[in-house]
Amino acid sequence: MANTFELIASSTVGSGGASSISFSSIPSTYTDLCLKVSSRATGSFPQGFMILRINGTTPGNVVNRYLTGNGSSASSYTISNADGSAAQSQGATSTASTFSNGEWYLTNYAGSTAKGVSSDSVSETNGTTILASMIATLSPATAAISSLSIVIGDDGSGSLSNFAQYTTAYLYGIKNS
Amino acid sequence: MPATYEPIATTTLGSAVSSYTFSSIPGTYTDLVLICSNLVEITNGQGYIRFNSDSGSNYSRTVIYGTGSSAASFRQTNQVGLNVGMDTSAQRIRMNVMNYSNTTTNKTVIDREDSGTAATVGTVFLWRNTAAITSISIQSFDGSASIQAGAVFTLYGIKAA
Repeated sequence: MANTFELIASSTVGSGGASSISFSSIPSTYTDLCLKVSSRATGSFPQGFMILRINGTTPGNVVNRYLTGNGSSASSYTISNADGSAAQSQGATSTASTFSNGEWYLTNYAGSTAKGVSSDSVSETNGTTILASMIATLSPATAAISSLSIVIGDDGSGSLSNFAQYTTAYLYGIKNS
Repeated sequence: MPATYEPIATTTLGSAVSSYTFSSIPGTYTDLVLICSNLVEITNGQGYIRFNSDSGSNYSRTVIYGTGSSAASFRQTNQVGLNVGMDTSAQRIRMNVMNYSNTTTNKTVIDREDSGTAATVGTVFLWRNTAAITSISIQSFDGSASIQAGAVFTLYGIKAA
């Protein structure tokens, strides 16, 4: 019986940080993709969101449906003009040496239909500014996914930030046969 | 390196059906993972997943969901299957069936469902039966042939050693 859930590529951010994490030339031979990320940003915020861009595009028509909990209440909201799917990242003002934990799951990534993405992520710091998120994404673009890149999203001040050293990302392929 | 996370079976529906069944599931894994994508039930936008053809009131669930404008949680008992969304916008389901082959415990399932235009959902299900799971059926809500062509169902086995 075939083994699946194979590591395609990995990335660990070195000293000096990184503005993005990218995976290119993704083979089309798997059924689904799973991207697992442990992240901390250099921006001056406790926690924020990473954006997952597909095929290097910033289409501005990706729909993200959020379900979040902050330790005292749950909320849900929609962003209909995103550039990609989202997941949480720790920021530089959160508890030292803590990183978010998240996963994106992309079904049927090599097909010719609109792309559905699910993300589950948490940022727990033993503090008061934490978040647990489940996000449903619909990306209308129908091209097969051959590259993925992650950037730190808008932190509210309008500026992006870098990934901090020791941020890791692992891309797995899952084959159904 | 021992093999784990193995594909057991997969199908892509070529025509609309009322149900699809994974049968004769081997008992040699620790957990099962069911992935459904492009899942649309055209009549009711929902359906059931059932174990071992059990359609009795032996299922329950606790749900948290977000519609994109509000968040809520609810629970239901004595249901006739694992009630899942199969809405009109390419539903995705990832379902982890824990310790499925033991004959001692009732069966617990952790489920994530997403539709980019309807809701994001997290659910814990319980099937009140200690039998080993040997079949999993994905069924339309009312038994009509309304699960659309193009749906992809894949069953994986995860082995602990």
